[in-house]
Parts: sequence; C-alpha cells; structure tokens
Amino acid sequence: MKPVAFAYARPASVGEAAQMLAAEPGAKVLAGGQTLGPILNLRLAQPALLIDIARIPELAAVGEDADGATIGATVTHAAIEDGRVPDPTGGFLARVARGIAYRAVRTRGTIGGSLAHADPAADWLSCLSALGTQVYITGATGTRTLELDTFVRGTMETALAKDELLTAVRIPRFSPRARFGFHKICRKAGEFAEAIGVVAYDPESAIYRAVAGATNGRPLVLALRAGVAAKPFTVAEAEHMLQSMRYAGDAYERQLHAAALRRASELAFAP
Amino acid sequence: MLGLPAQSKGKWGSPVTDQGIGARLLRKEDERYMRGRGQFVGDIRLAGMQEVAFVRSPLAHARIKGVRIPPAHRGRVFIAQDLTGVSAIRADTSLPGFKSSLQPVLAADKVRYVGELVALCIAPTRAEAEDVVGEIALDLDPLPVVADMLQARKPGAPMVHEHWGDNLYLTSAIDVDFEAVKAKAAVSVTKELRTSRQVMSPIEGRGVVAQWHSRLGQLIVHTSTQQPHIVRSGLAECLGLDEGQIRVVAPDVGGGFGYKGILLPEEIALAWATRKVGAPLRWIEDRRENLTANANCREHHYILSAYADAEGRLLALDCEATVDSGAYSAYPFSACLEAGQIASILPGVYDFPHYRCRAYSVATNKPPILPYRGVARTGVCFALEVTLDALARKLGSEPNHVRFKSLVRPEQMPFDNIAKRHFDSGDYPEALRRAIEAIGFAGVRERQRRGEPDGRRVGIGFAMYSEQAGHGTSVYAAWGIPFVPGHEAALARFTPDGGLELRIGAHSHGQGLETTLSQVAHSILGVPHERIRLVHGDTATTPYSTGTWGSRCMIMAGGAVAAACDELARRVLAIAAKLLQAKPEEVRLVAGEVVGPAGRIAVADVARTWYRRPQDLPGDVDPGGLEVTAGYKAKRDTGTFSYAAHAAVVAIDPETGELEIMDYVVVEDAGVLVNPMIADGQIIGGMAQGVGTALYEEMRFDAQGQPLAATLSDYLLPGPTEVPEVRIEHMETPSPYTRFGQKGLGEGGAIAPPAAITNAVNDALQGLGAELLVSPITPRRIVEAIARTRPPPQAPAAVESPPGPDGHGLPGA
Repeated sequence: MKPVAFAYARPASVGEAAQMLAAEPGAKVLAGGQTLGPILNLRLAQPALLIDIARIPELAAVGEDADGATIGATVTHAAIEDGRVPDPTGGFLARVARGIAYRAVRTRGTIGGSLAHADPAADWLSCLSALGTQVYITGATGTRTLELDTFVRGTMETALAKDELLTAVRIPRFSPRARFGFHKICRKAGEFAEAIGVVAYDPESAIYRAVAGATNGRPLVLALRAGVAAKPFTVAEAEHMLQSMRYAGDAYERQLHAAALRRASELAFAP
Repeated sequence: MLGLPAQSKGKWGSPVTDQGIGARLLRKEDERYMRGRGQFVGDIRLAGMQEVAFVRSPLAHARIKGVRIPPAHRGRVFIAQDLTGVSAIRADTSLPGFKSSLQPVLAADKVRYVGELVALCIAPTRAEAEDVVGEIALDLDPLPVVADMLQARKPGAPMVHEHWGDNLYLTSAIDVDFEAVKAKAAVSVTKELRTSRQVMSPIEGRGVVAQWHSRLGQLIVHTSTQQPHIVRSGLAECLGLDEGQIRVVAPDVGGGFGYKGILLPEEIALAWATRKVGAPLRWIEDRRENLTANANCREHHYILSAYADAEGRLLALDCEATVDSGAYSAYPFSACLEAGQIASILPGVYDFPHYRCRAYSVATNKPPILPYRGVARTGVCFALEVTLDALARKLGSEPNHVRFKSLVRPEQMPFDNIAKRHFDSGDYPEALRRAIEAIGFAGVRERQRRGEPDGRRVGIGFAMYSEQAGHGTSVYAAWGIPFVPGHEAALARFTPDGGLELRIGAHSHGQGLETTLSQVAHSILGVPHERIRLVHGDTATTPYSTGTWGSRCMIMAGGAVAAACDELARRVLAIAAKLLQAKPEEVRLVAGEVVGPAGRIAVADVARTWYRRPQDLPGDVDPGGLEVTAGYKAKRDTGTFSYAAHAAVVAIDPETGELEIMDYVVVEDAGVLVNPMIADGQIIGGMAQGVGTALYEEMRFDAQGQPLAATLSDYLLPGPTEVPEVRIEHMETPSPYTRFGQKGLGEGGAIAPPAAITNAVNDALQGLGAELLVSPITPRRIVEAIARTRPPPQAPAAVESPPGPDGHGLPGA
C-alpha cells in the first residue's frame, strides 16, 4: 500500500494555497494527514498535487474577544487538549479533544482537517455543531463565513469549493453557567465512534442544543424549546429526540444513539 | 571465575540462587527488541534489489480467460504460464478419504478466492510496482461462489475443486458406544455455536527477500518464518531444486502465531523470479494483503449435545463440527489440522464414557484457513465449555458442579482419555479450585445479588482446557502431512575463549528461547549467561528442525540443548580430570568449574586447552572435542498436556452492549517452568489474542466471497486498554516424559478466554433469558440477544408531548 506519485507544494500563505488549488484540479490539501495519509496509501485518493498547509502561519493563529474565540485550521487536537489555545467553553473543548483517537493522532491531527473531511464519526463535527460554530473560508477570489450546519452537507461532503480552504473556526463564548456533555460510544479506546451524543446548555444566552453524531450523515442538531428542563433526559425523552431529529437507523443503532444522548445529558447536568 | 555467586540479587529485586532453570531471568533478546535494534526482513537492503507487488484476484471464483500486460511492462510482469518448472503447493495428509488440492503459485485456469495471486510485478520501488499492478487487466469469467461452509456441504453447492464431486477435504469421525447414553442420561442440552473467521495479526506481516547467489549456486531466501527448514523443503519441492541449493534465513521475526509457519506462494514466486530477472527481489506483505488474502484462521461451526446423569456427571458428547478450510490445503499443516483434530481434543479435560463426533473440513471460495495459536483448541474449548455451562444451568447447579463431577482426577494420571489422548500429569480439580478461590467466586455471587448502581449486569465464567504440546513422530506419522518431527537436534560448542554457542533449527520470535535455552545450558554447564549465545534461524548454520510450532520448543529444543550440553559436560570432565590428575569419577561440574579432590579448573580453561594448547590434552581425549550435535526425543512422544482454569468477571451494559472485563484469573500448570516470567508473558500475550477472539476480531465475507475488512479500522484488534490485567497462578506438576519435567505452554493463553468470557456473559444475562453462542461477542450481538427475549414490539407508545412544528418537543417539559 503505497501512494501513487504526486507533486508536493508547501505554500507560504493561504492566498498562495488557494491559487494552487484553483490552478490544479487534481490537488488535495494536506494538514495533519491523519486521514489523508492512510487514504493515499490505500490509493483511495490519487491526487496529482498535495498542498501542505501545515506551516502556513496564519492558519495556526488563534485569538479571542468578549464574544468568542477563533481557532486556526491547523491547530492540533493536542494543542486544544493541553489548553494551549483559548477555550470559550471553559474547558469543554479540552475534554472533547482528550477523547479523540490516540495522543499520536492528536499530536498531528488538526481541527480544520477534521471539519473539512466531514467524517460523521469525527468528534469535532458533533461537538462544534452543538456550539453554534462558524467556519471561515478563503478561496482564490475571496473569503466567506458559513455556519457549521451549512458547511457540512453530508457524509464527507462540505460546501468548500474546489479552490477554497477552511482557514479557522469561530466558537462563541459561553457563560460560566453553561453546561456541556459529550458522550462517545466506540468499540474500543481510540476507535471511530458508533454514536455520539452532545448537549450544550447556557441559560444566559438561551442556548440549549442536543446533537446526535456519528450517524450515517451530518450531525443531527436539535434546538431544544425554551422551558425544557435542564436535567438529564429519560430514555423515552432521548428516543423521542432522535425521532424529532428524523434519525434513521436500525433498533440497535437507535438504542445506542439514545444512550449517547442521555449520557451526554447526564454529564451536562450532573449535580 | 566462571561460576555465579551462590546468591545474588536479581534485577527484579528478589533473591536469586540460580540463574538456570526456574529463574525469572530478564530476556536477553529484549536488549535489541526494546531498543528498536532488531533486524527484520523489512530491514534488509541488497544492492540492486527490486520490489514486488502482486496482481490478486478481485473475484472469489472465476475462470481466467486472459491477463493483459501492456508491452511496456514485458520482462517485469510474470504470470502462471511463465513459471516453467514450478510445481503447485501440495499439502496432503495420509488420512483416509482426504481429497488433495493443488495450490498454484500463480493462478492458471481458475481463481478460487479474492486475493489469490495471478501475476507478479517487479519495479524499483513498491509504489512503482503497485503502479504496474494497476495496469494489468484480468479477463475473468465469474463462476458461482460458495462462501459459506454450511452451504458448501449441501448437495448442489458450487464446487471449489470440481473433480472432487463435493466440497469436503475430509470427514473425520469417532463413535465410542454413543447410542448407549440415551438410556442412561437424565438431562441433555444441544447448542449451535459458531466462531468467526479471524486473521492472525503479528505486528510484522510476512516478508521475503530472495536472491540467487551465483558463486554458491544457491538460492538465498530471507523470509519471516518460524520454520526455516520446512520452508526450504517446500521451496525445493516446488522449484525442483536440491535442498542444498537453497538457504533459508529467518532473521528477527515480529510475531509468528502459526501464520509464519506456512509456505506461501509469494515465497515460491519470488524465489523463481529472482533467478529469472537476475536481481534480488523483495516483497513485504502489507496489512491489506494480510487481512484480506492471507492470514485467515479459526472459522468453526458446532452442533454440540452434552448428556449428564442426574448428579451432573458428564456422560457423553455428541458433536457435528464444520470448519471452513478455504480454497486450498496450506503447506505444511494441510486443510485438516483444525477439523481433523476436533474429535480428538473435544473431550477436553473430562472423563466420560460415551462419545460421538463428526467433523467436516470444508472447501469454500475463501483464503485457506491457517493454524493460529491454540489451533483448533480455541474453537473446541469455546464450544465445549459454553455447552457445559448450559448443561449446568439446565441442571439448576453452579457451572463448576458439572466440571468437578467430570474432570479427570489426579489419581487417574497418566490418563488415556476417550479419544485416546494420553494426559501425562496434573491435578485438574485443584486448578479449578484455585481459580474459584482467586477470582473470589462467592464475593461475585454476592455482588450479583446486590446489583450494580449503574445498572450494569455482572457475570462470572470459567473455562478449562488442556494443551497438547511437543507431540512428535507417532502423532504426526499418523497425520501424514509433509513433515513428521523426529529427533530434535541441537549443536553446542565451546569457543576457544570459553564461551558457549548453541545452535538450534527452530526459531525464536517472542518465545524468549535465547534466554530460556541459555538457562538450560547454564543449569548443566554453569557458563554465565553473557557467555552463551543462541544461533537460530538459518538453514546454513543450524541443524534440521521442523521449527517452532505446537508449543514444542521448550520440550524439544530444550531437551536437545540439554542433551548436547550433557555430552559436552562429559567431555569437559574427562579432559579436566586428566588436567587435575584425578580419576574421572572424582571430578564434578560445579558453577562453571570442574572440581577435583586436589584442585579445580574453570570450564573456560578446559576450552582454552582444547583449542589453544592441545599439547596439554590427554592422549585418549575424545577427538570430537568440545563441539557436539545431539538429538533428543521425549521418553514418550505423544506430547505433554499443560492445562489451565481461566476465570473471568465481566460487567455488561444492557443498554449499549458495552462489556468490561473486570477481573481475570489464570491458574495454569505447564510442569516445571524454565522461566516463570517468560511463561507469564506467554500467557498474557495469548490472553490478549483470546480477548480479540472473544470480543473483537471478525473477518466477514459477503455472499460473493468479498472480504469486508481491508484495514485495521474495519478489523478490530484489542489494544492495551481492552486487555485486562490478568492474575496468574502457576502449578508445577512435572511431566514424567520430558528432560526437566517441562511442558509446552505457548498457546494456552489464547485458548480459554473466548469460553470463559462467553460463560461470564451468559451468567450475566441469565436473568434476562439471553444467551450468546457466537464469537466475537460484540455490543450489537449483546443488545440484539437481549432484544430477542422481549415480547415483539407493539406500536410506539403515545408521546405525552408531541413534537412541535419545529420538531423539538420534549415529553414532560
């Protein structure tokens, strides 16, 4: 299992990278390479050109203000896990990061790569869908901003055009009273998720969302009605939520996703 | 001073009085392994070496109408028609009724499984070789596929080898007065059980570097094998060369487990092609080849009935077993090693009077089934021990009640069981008693009565087995496979400076033989470990051996090294007696010195005298000197039987099917342990693979014979976090038949875990009425087994607060 021959480029800026993408239809972007590497080796991807963005300084930039934080696309899971970047959720991002695959993967894998790949089983996709995240995009002809919900179109499908790069994510700031729960069910430590449940609740900004992730498509996001009690869901409630999300899966998968949702709510609302 | 101090402090902290047999000596080989300094086939670079990639069949069953090779690639792509003078691999047994399959090196007329080799492609790098593979077009005419072994047994099923008339390599049968049980049994159960097809997953896959050495007129094949001498015989047979024209070198090997005991068509293809193209060739198996085409194992199906009297004493077993042996009989162990052994190993550690078993070795359009650590025992132990627990439940008794009533008792040893297996020694009930004690059985039952605050269900399960090891000529002559082990040979010699060199034809690749055989030699000659070297893994420098398989090395290579060292000791003593001016009967070997009535001389000084100062030697000295090749066979060659009781405690989340192994105990008896620490390592390593069989590993195929896992994200292996800390107790009942009373134990750790864990799962789910009879036990299988016990679903209950228009209502909100 060795890749087909490809050309390799290391652009110095996002603009240059976007120009390269526009110029070479057979190009692929390489960030941490934690998915692209195996896919190349399996020859499932046979790009003519790999554009390595890992060393573009602006993509590694982070920043924060009163309303939230911006995290560059090539910030690694490990950097988030270690608290080396701003966390507008008061520690929830670090907790989620800690559960992504193995440390070796987290050391190289990037938040932008994870979102741009849009594997339904990815932790960030589900987690950030619950937080009202926006993604910043730069193309050969300009920039734009999309809600994460809009950005992800399906299994490994995004709104990125051929010449566009995801450059950063923007995560809103939550109040100190906010509660979060993330529960992942997988066959073994570090394995791809079979079901993910996420709950984000902030009484000060009236945010209350539940997400079912690792479904066979994009994360299913449910904005919970004002007045819904901030307490752990019952089994019936979790099953009902899945129904409301129009979740389609067999009996076992439904039971798993309901359990993930319920356990996320227990984590969020643990006394 | 060559001898060791009488008492020293070991590196592990406990006092050590002896560095020989029984010492927990740290492994010598770990110095290179743990520092990343091992040298594997993949580390070999030869000048001008080219890389090989194979075109493999994309279909499970098809006629080959043509292979289109672009003209640009002529001379570096070879197909079956190019392999002049090469014979197919033939691994027959002499068992009556066996049907022979010829495994082509490259498929010629037909392909019989996905991944079968069709063409060999050569390029400077592997990536470029894969580019060439991508340009070869196969013209295949699909044939009906038989991918399921039970379907394959049915009349009218598509035939893998048409001239057979069916798909049966072999049907094995035994009947010991079975019908008589029906009048006597008070209770019986019948269970249908299945173990999934697995893939052996050594960290290092297979790899071959082949070169033709024109000066020596010799083919030199570096290959990742555990049986270099057997590979040489197989290569010679298939290539039509003299064995002397072939040298096989097995460098460091990154895990064997049985997979590295197989002669692969890849090895033959490279050995042929290197001479053809005049350049060294290398093929390194990748994980996709390993998973989808090569290292398949373990797929069994059982319909098993157990009969007992009212007191719970086992009276009979009645079994119909089917093994999916795949498309070809693999060399050297044949397609029947699994099913052909089931009838003889199914009785396990029990004594009962009536027995019937039929076992079918079935051909399908899947890769050949290969022997994996434990070989048939893992499936057999699973079927038997899970059924025995079901029998106990039907009797309303604790599971071990039936075991205690039925185990072979120590006073019966040595014991010939109902299948004519000869158990050499042991105390089976004591092992079970110790396991019950160690796992805290009563405490677990109490905990189950209390229930778990988190809603999980706790269960406890036991399983026992015995493991035949080091079985030799009499057993394998009856099998009649391509090799029959005879006397095992070892060479021992002193170097001129008093070091000791041992040479064996078996191979060490994780077993720790570089350490344990050093311990054997040290026990006899007293040479310090740092002066003892083990040479192995090269047909040019080692005596013939059938290699490392069947947990035989500590018995056979250990016995042979001891025999060679005994003879060396005799010769050293004879020389030393003269040098000490003593009578032969007055001198003794003590801690590396020969001690006489009036003086002493270090063994190393005797060696120096032999090599460097022969003028000082006695006139009647043994001219063979200080180099000995000795052969060894156990007093009785039917094998040693190590055994164990495993106990597992699991907790199951009935909502998600997630399972945690909370505790695991192994009480094991492998006779005299040469190095208890290495024995622990063998058990722990085997245990990890047993957990894989029990809970994770499953190589599925669709109805068209397409493998459904091509990477390790589809084929799950347990990792460090999935394998529990196992608590091990040793019993050490010597074998009466081996040199030091040692028994083989290399496979046992992988035999019982699926049975013990499944019994624990069924104990946990008993209250729900659910039962699992298949490995691996996945979360889905648990959840679905529980769901099947519920009444059929009714219409969904009315929701108190229906969803609002925006779809986010919540009941009770």
